[in-house]
Amino acid sequence: MTRTIIPFGPQHPVLPEPIHLMLTLDDEVITEAVPAFGFVHRGLEKLVEIRDFHQMIYVVERICGICSMLHAMCYCQGIEEMMGIETPPRARFLRVIWSELHRMHSHLLWLGLFADSFGFESLFMQFWKIREKILDIDEATTGNRIIVSVNVIGGVRKDLTLEQTRGILSELKSVETELKRLETTILNDYTVQNRTVGKGVLTAKQAYELGLVGPTLRASGVMQDARMLKYAAFDDIAFTPVVETDGDCYARCKVRFREVFQSIDLIRQAIGKLPNGEIAVKVKGRPDGEVTSRVEQPRGEVFYYIRANGTKHLERLRVRTPTFANVPALLTMLPGAGLSDVPVIVLSIDPCISCTER
Amino acid sequence: MQGEIMDIGLDNLLGETARIKVEGYRFVTISCVEINEIRMELLYHFDRNFQLKHLRLSISRDCRAPSISPVYFAAFLVENEIQDLFGIRFHGLTVDYDRTLYLEKDVKTAPFCKFAVVEKSPVCEEKTP
Amino acid sequence: MFTMTSTILRNLLKEPATRRYPASVRPSFEAARGEIRNDIHVCTFCGVCAVKCPSQCITVDRKAADWSYDPSACVQCGVCAEVCTSGSLQQARDYRKPVRKKELVVLKGATTPPKHSDPPVTG
Repeated sequence: MTRTIIPFGPQHPVLPEPIHLMLTLDDEVITEAVPAFGFVHRGLEKLVEIRDFHQMIYVVERICGICSMLHAMCYCQGIEEMMGIETPPRARFLRVIWSELHRMHSHLLWLGLFADSFGFESLFMQFWKIREKILDIDEATTGNRIIVSVNVIGGVRKDLTLEQTRGILSELKSVETELKRLETTILNDYTVQNRTVGKGVLTAKQAYELGLVGPTLRASGVMQDARMLKYAAFDDIAFTPVVETDGDCYARCKVRFREVFQSIDLIRQAIGKLPNGEIAVKVKGRPDGEVTSRVEQPRGEVFYYIRANGTKHLERLRVRTPTFANVPALLTMLPGAGLSDVPVIVLSIDPCISCTER
Repeated sequence: MQGEIMDIGLDNLLGETARIKVEGYRFVTISCVEINEIRMELLYHFDRNFQLKHLRLSISRDCRAPSISPVYFAAFLVENEIQDLFGIRFHGLTVDYDRTLYLEKDVKTAPFCKFAVVEKSPVCEEKTP
Repeated sequence: MFTMTSTILRNLLKEPATRRYPASVRPSFEAARGEIRNDIHVCTFCGVCAVKCPSQCITVDRKAADWSYDPSACVQCGVCAEVCTSGSLQQARDYRKPVRKKELVVLKGATTPPKHSDPPVTG
């Protein structure tokens, strides 16, 4: 057979963001895949030299357009740990509510894009219709749809009124009913199963050794979720990670679909236990020392390494985003797959390239 | 910083990494910090059951470091990133982009360094195990 | 099979989920973070907003009593309105309308700024 090299991306109908894959094919089967980056590299980590550590919250929020709130939360938790600040309990619960809302809208976005990757356009529109409700909650409570900017060092900027929490609960109820209606389609439909079952299989051992994170790892049967670290208010909220064992694209889809329901449950618990009191404490002084901070983003665990030297500018801010850890999975999953499965497999890790390159 | 920190040298980096892998640790990432005009610091982060372990390696700017990607395959991406942004070269990389992961081919400087150093060639080799 | 049929039928009978935008506009939420407005007669030109702004799009010249901001660099985080000492900066609910070219918004106050007790901010 002749060897063919096909460039996949950086602009491709299924890719929301630019990543380039050089695919070497033997007939229809991929033998080698080499990713190339550098289309959206912005060097945001370098900005610590000209922005002070309070302003950096708004910079790290803009690393990713989907999991922005969780980036800011991770950064703030890191700085709080470094400066020994105890956040008020109400702020910790509010952080959980907004972070889980973020997870929901990110997963709904992904479920839509995933349906789109195998050509199921109407399902894509249904998921995005539901997602709009979550974005409306975000805008009504924080003032913005995605870049919510609620985190500050020492707490949160916005509070939820009783009326708003009731509004969130009733909206979540309708979201839940509509999602239940789509459950049979995304999980049992012949077309969906045909395109996803058995594609891009990763065993638990492979996934763990590649250092994968998030739903990609949990779909292979490894119970690893940074929320088990009990940051924010997760020590007061009952939580068990969603785990599937098949390790294929279908399992990843199932994990994310079930996590949307889990997030609804977590938000209900957090609203039910929401304590009264302050939402932020005053911050005095400047950070010094070094710290690592981790939270679970929709795509997996994000890792921050922060080093400060007692001035208002940090010395180094290092962000390891979940997609950065998940890209090596592509190099393992793609060889052996057919060309027509590439979009499905690439999307199954939920690639966020702006995150990856920062 | 959460977790155990261990100072290592260039000669026992690969040995320690292999030992950590046998112990069942997962590779998290490598952080590169610029210390001064000459020294750089590489921090290797590993995780097992939410317990972090860090290896701290101090390295001269113009020396090659051994790549840990033969041990942890996932490290190739972050090592290529450090090559691009900080100009530290790694040898033994499983996939080497030769400083073109983020940068254009003709870029010779390291954009994340405060002290501008143009890459000299050939870079010196420090002894490896 | 036919798992989507009920959804499709429901969508046929219901109103569209989208709006015909220019004809029907949803009013902004009360909390929505829109355009930054400065009441220049109240502004004391203390410069706190310029220091705190994460995108550094505000410049304040105390001597000339100039307050200017670059709306295309603004990220609408609302920090400036939050830290404003005189309460002159407000964040409106509505967004700026699209423009054809980038322009600075320059506001000029009275040349002798009103006396205020805030110390100059250095960071």
